[in-house]
Amino acid sequence: KRYRKVDEEFFEELEEILISADVGVVTVMDLIEMLKDEARTKNIQDTEELKTVISEKLAELLEKEEGDADLNIQKDGMTIILVVGVNGVGKTTTIGKLAHKFKTEGKSVVLAAGDTFRAGAIEQLEVWGERVGVDVIKHQEGSDPAAVIFDAIQSARSKKADILICDTAGRLQNKVNLMKELEKVKKVIAREVPSAPHEVLLVLDATTGQNAMNQAKIFREATDVTGIALTKLDGTAKGGIVLAIRHELDIPVKLIGLGEQMEDLQPFDAGTFVYGLFSDMIEKNSENNDEDGL
Amino acid sequence: MAFEGLADRLQSTLQKIRGKGKLTEADVNEMMREIRLALLEADVNFKVVKDFIKRVKERAIGQEILQSLTPGQQVVKIVHDELKQLMGGEQSKIAVASKPPTVIMMVGLQGAGKTTTTGKLANHLRKQLNRKPLLVAADIYRPAAINQLQTLGKQLSLPVFSLGDKVSPVEIAKQAIEKAKEEHQDYVLIDTAGRLHIDEELMQELVDVKEAVKPDEIYLVVDAMTGQDAVNVADNFNEQLDITGVILTKLDGDTRGGAALSIREVTDKPIKFVGMGEKMDALEPFHPERMASRILGM
Ligand SMILES: Nc1nc2c(ncn2[C@@H]2O[C@H](COP(=O)(O)OP(=O)(O)OP(=O)(O)O)[C@@H](O)[C@H]2O)c(=O)[nH]1
Ligand SMILES: Nc1nc2c(ncn2[C@@H]2O[C@H](COP(=O)(O)OP(=O)(O)OP(=O)(O)O)[C@@H](O)[C@H]2O)c(=O)[nH]1
Ligand SMILES: [K+]
Ligand SMILES: [Mg+2]
Ligand SMILES: [Mg+2]
Repeated sequence: KRYRKVDEEFFEELEEILISADVGVVTVMDLIEMLKDEARTKNIQDTEELKTVISEKLAELLEKEEGDADLNIQKDGMTIILVVGVNGVGKTTTIGKLAHKFKTEGKSVVLAAGDTFRAGAIEQLEVWGERVGVDVIKHQEGSDPAAVIFDAIQSARSKKADILICDTAGRLQNKVNLMKELEKVKKVIAREVPSAPHEVLLVLDATTGQNAMNQAKIFREATDVTGIALTKLDGTAKGGIVLAIRHELDIPVKLIGLGEQMEDLQPFDAGTFVYGLFSDMIEKNSENNDEDGL
Repeated sequence: MAFEGLADRLQSTLQKIRGKGKLTEADVNEMMREIRLALLEADVNFKVVKDFIKRVKERAIGQEILQSLTPGQQVVKIVHDELKQLMGGEQSKIAVASKPPTVIMMVGLQGAGKTTTTGKLANHLRKQLNRKPLLVAADIYRPAAINQLQTLGKQLSLPVFSLGDKVSPVEIAKQAIEKAKEEHQDYVLIDTAGRLHIDEELMQELVDVKEAVKPDEIYLVVDAMTGQDAVNVADNFNEQLDITGVILTKLDGDTRGGAALSIREVTDKPIKFVGMGEKMDALEPFHPERMASRILGM
């Protein structure tokens, strides 16, 4: 193994890696400062050692305690999960995948077609319902989403379902009326089942840049988001903004999406995620090493 | 707000160094640092930022900034001008084939807004340009993608061509063009499935559709909220398909939209339209000037 020295060039490279992973420039600069201190006080000279330090720090930041990524599933009675987020991030698909996961665990699941706005949204959820083999409660396109959710709760209750997952229409967080509508949906759930919703999952697209921070802030204000599902990590985007979101807003990532099929959902693992952030740097260095070895 | 505008930012930077009488090169460097931060926070790709800063700095130093009484404003003006220029002029023109129908293909990542934009573009063609568009459902993968396009077609009272989800997109596209000729439709808008730029098989499928129908326009549809990865996406799609233009969606949000600059830089293809909402009339020509101000938070 080759030894590489901790120097200004190393920190520059690290900065570029983290910025290109969408971690956000302010967070990156804070991190680099912290690492420089760490390297100085502990007299770390080998970049490998420093990389281990930073990986551990980042993983700790993302997973403060064990179980951070666990979904809050009720032992007795029905668990209600509300799924929210901006347009096209992967809400409906994530719901299909989640339903599949619960079903495989032997739970009974009902889906609520709470997106009554987007063309084909109800049909899309119905296709997922068929695929997975779970019931979908729906109204007509254009109807009141709160009313659909209300009906879905009654229906899931009478079926003694273990899990009810509620789809909602995508909405940009700066649309005040649409955010109010979402608050209303949440209120209806809480009125029917006082402990619910047990999870409010904010779906974030890993391709998104710094705007994801605003999404998290405003959706949290409206719906008390309990966790993040980070989708589209099968692409080349890294979703580094969740570091800043965890740091500033303390919302944990719970799930990751890795494709369009129903199996492409995994629980969030901080270690793997952080490794992914650095994978380019690791590959690049090993390429360099190979060249050096020739 | 999360983002301060560049002008405010430079102002406070200059406040710190005010009273020195004259600006030094170090002061200019300090300003460049602020510009870099502002662009990165707006999601402009870091490599693009690097080149950009270099150019701006050259211009800034070359001009009489150092002696100027309002160096902050001067620099903001230079940055703004440079950005605007990089993003090109207004480009909302759509190709017209010498022999109809004109064929337009919509491509991009999953969830970018292709299907919605296909509807909007058809609406635009009919309403503004008095054309007769045919919508083509060539996304055979996403659940209910065909239904989504058909619903939009119904809303707009425009025809939608579909062969279901068991026929290949190449075949669908070919037959759609035959159909358009028979029915004297002069535009064919092909909605394709979202895909990752690194998915070789599905990227090849787009190349095959392109070869089969020789589209007059290939629009890459990009979500304006995209972060640093925008350059990879745009570069790959452009490399494989030689796109003719870009449509930026979801600009009705509060993103600064720096991806626009990154895409423009790596593809050198014009940004033609922007999506400003979910409704079928929410499509506007791209204004480079406004985009520059937005990226700078002004
Ligand atoms: N590659 C990849 N694609 C995904 C993933 N999750 C969702 N998608 C795709 O992203 C697109 C949008 O997904 P949807 O589930 O419809 O997103 P949504 O948030 O419900 O969208 P709206 O309801 O329109 O706001 C679809 O093409 C999905 O197949 C993922 O983890 N990876
Ligand atoms: N606010 C806003 N939403 C938009 C805009 N364009 C599209 N959308 C929404 O974004 C979501 C995704 O749009 P689609 O048209 O389904 O995206 P797509 O690229 O066809 O998605 P796939 O076919 O799954 O790859 C939907 O909820 C649309 O209503 C826009 O300009 N503004
Ligand atoms: K997106
Ligand atoms: Mg949906
Ligand atoms: Mg589509």
